[in-house]
Amino acid sequence: MKILVCISHVPDTTSKINFNNELTEFDTNGVQFVINPYDEFALTRAIWFQEKQGAKVTVVHVGDASTEPTLRKCLAIGADDAIRIDAVPTDGFFVAQQLAEIYKQGEYDLILTGKESIDYNGAMVPGLLASFLDIDFVNACISLEIDGTTATAETEIDGGTETFTANLPLVVAGQKGLVEEKDLKIPNMRGIMMARKKPLSIVAPVEATAVTEIERFEKPAQKAACKMIDANDVDQLIELLHNEAKVI
Amino acid sequence: MSVLVFADTSEGIYKKSTLETVSYAKAISDLLGSELVAVSMNATDNTALQNYGANQIVNVQSASLNNKQYAATLTQIAKEKNSTVVVLGNNAIGNSVAPLIAAQLKAGYTSNVVAVPINTAPFTVVRKNFSGKAFGQTQILSEVKVIGLAKNSFGIVEKPTTATVTDFQATETNTTLASVSVDKNSGKIAIADADIVVSGGRGLKEASNFSLIEDLAEVLGAATACSKPVSDMGWRPHSEHVGQTGKPVAANLYIAVAISGAIQHLAGVNASKTKVVINTDPEAPFFKAADYGIVGDAFEVVPKLIEKLKAFKAENA
Ligand SMILES: Cc1cc2nc3c(=O)[nH]c(=O)nc-3n(C[C@H](O)[C@H](O)[C@H](O)COP(=O)(O)OP(=O)(O)OC[C@H]3O[C@@H](n4cnc5c(N)ncnc54)[C@H](O)[C@@H]3O)c2cc1C
Ligand SMILES: Cc1cc2nc3c(=O)[nH]c(=O)nc-3n(C[C@H](O)[C@H](O)[C@H](O)COP(=O)(O)OP(=O)(O)OC[C@H]3O[C@@H](n4cnc5c(N)ncnc54)[C@H](O)[C@@H]3O)c2cc1C
Repeated sequence: MKILVCISHVPDTTSKINFNNELTEFDTNGVQFVINPYDEFALTRAIWFQEKQGAKVTVVHVGDASTEPTLRKCLAIGADDAIRIDAVPTDGFFVAQQLAEIYKQGEYDLILTGKESIDYNGAMVPGLLASFLDIDFVNACISLEIDGTTATAETEIDGGTETFTANLPLVVAGQKGLVEEKDLKIPNMRGIMMARKKPLSIVAPVEATAVTEIERFEKPAQKAACKMIDANDVDQLIELLHNEAKVI
Repeated sequence: MSVLVFADTSEGIYKKSTLETVSYAKAISDLLGSELVAVSMNATDNTALQNYGANQIVNVQSASLNNKQYAATLTQIAKEKNSTVVVLGNNAIGNSVAPLIAAQLKAGYTSNVVAVPINTAPFTVVRKNFSGKAFGQTQILSEVKVIGLAKNSFGIVEKPTTATVTDFQATETNTTLASVSVDKNSGKIAIADADIVVSGGRGLKEASNFSLIEDLAEVLGAATACSKPVSDMGWRPHSEHVGQTGKPVAANLYIAVAISGAIQHLAGVNASKTKVVINTDPEAPFFKAADYGIVGDAFEVVPKLIEKLKAFKAENA
């Protein structure tokens, strides 16, 4: 089984979000980048298939050279090889077209992604990719098993969960639950050493167009100060929630 | 030309979030001066959509469809109705169907949109980015646009009309996806649907103390939620984890009990309209993001609050 894991490279969750003076671009100064947390669940599951079922795991990312440490980290965690498509990812449509090309060249059986990138929050790359390739798609996956060419996937639906079977090839967008939090891998010294020798190929992007364009960013308006209520006076809280906030 | 909106149902009834999505789509159709076509899925009474401005109702009745079948059906209707804008809500089904439609229609898709377009030419929407830490004005450059509406960002607006109703057969498509089982959290309110969410953090010390959260949620008719470490430790199910890497919350009222207010937690719950924080530590960062705060011990404050709320509910019933 060949698995392609799509990796998004995002600011660490503790990052303060700032923009350039024109408010047109995210300011990366002083920002630590990490593997998108949802993709980490997907990658860890892929490595489980590698260890238990002999799968080969390739990670792929669309981004410029500055993103390579993120790919090396994926290799250190256990991916077999990495592909970087050398282009600035200008929108989800563009990214999905690039990934579709890699899929077609590699004859993969399974594409794993995160359900959303925590920076631009597009929540579209996996669905677009599945649709471009005309293969089935499971979103918000919380458990995935593969038996031969059949996948069994549990996904979150509104107010519950649903379990599907599907034939490979398949696109699965994962999230927490796909593996346990405690099983997420931290690269160790040996992994980091081995990662240096693993192949990381750089490929040129194919011709593709973006269909959206971010013009300007804004930060949420500053909040008014919090009204403090005495712990012995919960009646006041109820009164405020009822008459002022009008939420109960 | 038309605006198309997906009106999904739960057990035959339109959810509040669906009516919000339809109201929002109506506002766009008004801006564009085009008709609003609502695709109604398995409704027992689709005429309800007329109250929210649908000019045409396309009625689909079908056994459960998977995301690909939904997308094929909506794509076909969008083509037949010459739709230039397709609107879905950002719930579980909308999230998985919207990108599939966008790919089929070669349309730009923006999810998590929070307001009516600020401009129609070029078509520009405002959406959440960076998990709610910022908003981005985004132009959609393609001829057809697909929009996902963030929950609780527009509201329900009544606009009575008279609609024509036609029946439509779900479109066939090749798919190997087969549903084997559905497991509904029966009797529990889903976080995504809840007007009020009551959430507990690590400060509650152990799993059994979450009865406090459940009791408070029960009086308020609220959904229960928790911080990440609480679900990591198995005190509560993963489905209750809210925040940047868990479920987003955009409730009218969010009550955080014994949660410190880490940046990742706040990112996911900030979109809630009113936030109440109960914490022993006056320096807890959550107070800076809250509307109302009580510095106090949850084990004393919450039982009192439950008791007083019961009295309040009895009086205002
Ligand atoms: C300089 C710059 C300018 C940008 N300008 C715009 C703009 O004008 N308009 C706009 O919409 N966006 C813009 N972006 C954001 C960029 O589009 C996103 O990185 C990309 O679209 C994917 O993010 P998403 O939020 O759509 O992904 P999602 O669909 O939320 O991601 C879901 C999953 O898809 C996979 N994935 C996502 N991105 C990648 C990737 N790059 N490589 C491999 N797999 C991936 C991951 O598995 C991820 O978990 C810009 C980014 C940069 C760096
Ligand atoms: C990559 C990454 C992603 C993350 N994503 C998320 C996420 O999505 N959601 C999330 O929640 N976290 C997330 N976190 C974790 C986050 O950083 C915090 O660790 C977490 O939110 C803290 O949870 P807490 O507030 O319950 O616990 P703590 O920070 O331990 O806070 C407990 C609070 O309880 C108070 N307290 C103690 N006793 C009482 C009492 N008797 N009565 C009242 N108050 C009391 C304390 O004063 C304290 O403020 C993420 C972290 C990382 C690194």
